[in-house]
Amino acid sequence: MLIAIAAIRMRDLFGVVILFGVYSLLTAVLFMDLDAVDVAFTEAAVGAGVTTVLLLSSLRLTRRWEAPPRHNPFFSLLVVGVTGAALVYATLDAPLLGDPSAPVHKHVAPHYLQEAAGEVGMPNIVTAVLASYRGYDTFGETLVVFTAGLAVLLLLGFSENGKSRIETSAIHDQVALKVVVKLLIPLILLYALYVQFHGDFGAGGGFQAGVIFATGFILYDMVFGVENARAVMAVAWLPRLAALGVLIYGGVGVYSMLSGKPFLDYSALSADPVQGQHLGVLLVELGVGITVFSIVLSIFYALSGRRRQS
Amino acid sequence: MNEIPGLFNYWVVVFLMMAGFYVVISQGNLVKKLVGLGLFQASVFILYITMGNLSGGQAPIVTEGVFIYSNPLPHVLILTAIVVGVATTAVGLALIVRIHEAYGSVEEDEIHALDMADDDTRLQEGAEREESSE
Repeated sequence: MLIAIAAIRMRDLFGVVILFGVYSLLTAVLFMDLDAVDVAFTEAAVGAGVTTVLLLSSLRLTRRWEAPPRHNPFFSLLVVGVTGAALVYATLDAPLLGDPSAPVHKHVAPHYLQEAAGEVGMPNIVTAVLASYRGYDTFGETLVVFTAGLAVLLLLGFSENGKSRIETSAIHDQVALKVVVKLLIPLILLYALYVQFHGDFGAGGGFQAGVIFATGFILYDMVFGVENARAVMAVAWLPRLAALGVLIYGGVGVYSMLSGKPFLDYSALSADPVQGQHLGVLLVELGVGITVFSIVLSIFYALSGRRRQS
Repeated sequence: MNEIPGLFNYWVVVFLMMAGFYVVISQGNLVKKLVGLGLFQASVFILYITMGNLSGGQAPIVTEGVFIYSNPLPHVLILTAIVVGVATTAVGLALIVRIHEAYGSVEEDEIHALDMADDDTRLQEGAEREESSE
């Protein structure tokens, strides 16, 4: 909370962005405390990592300092105060933290908790619900991520000339940093693969793995310069990869439809329904991972490769 | 009085939500507005995860000897929402970058002033053209 206030008060946008990263990390800790390991994982990777990098790259393209405020904050404070008071009043009717009789815990959740292990055959219920029971939602969300990536590319485009970047020259002399990053990147990529394929059993899954994989590439790009990074991962392939991920996901759905089952019913994939579910979840998570990875990386390329125009 | 610890999380959520709301409506800088939206978004995440928590529960990964798990459904919804959130934030940033290229500013007031000035000159040009045609 204090961090949030500090972030609002500060006029140096660079500081605001860093504080926002700290805030995300603290949120992740809070999620961990509330038994939401998968969510904490995602928040730490996305909020504290990728969002900060993206905000910083766009600050480079705009301005660091904020203009002093011109209007009186009293009116907005009043609006905020009244809304906040109404919301606090509403929480008096809300169920207490951890109350087992809350309506949230009464609907479909008990079914998921009791049957998931038998029906889908994987211990991580979050992954089971994500990819199997609510496969439609996840498909929609993958499409949203895909569309957002396309929108960024349409707005900014990849710049061909990456040599105009200023900050690479400053970082070129940092030998220690380069060695450490060189050691870290294989570990990050390996860890991302582990998260991707171990998501059925422990915390993890396609969304987190895609983000972590992209983080590895972003780190490489920042330290070794944009030409090297683009030599490893060609820019032209990223949108194709993103589309491939969506196609894998949709393809699994169409395949199960062709074999006479409803869209995204994975039991069509194998003679044994549980086996089929497992295979389907694995494929779908792979599709999600590929899409998220390539979209995050192409957004980063688009924002960081653009030359400052002033 | 024993309701206070149970409701404390909701109050934190309300506070953070209002902090984000305040930034969005009162600050002129577009980048800061996006950060405010992020604060608001994170507070909604906390609200969902709070609702999914169960006292004495464990993380929803089936292990032997554990019978109470927290509710996995909010976790799923928020997990995807976080990733979608970063994607939409990126769209916002891309728009800001383009706005900065077009106007040379990311302050709402300055952009508005530039827009108004633009309209005024266009109106004047139109009036002059009408006069000359008469």
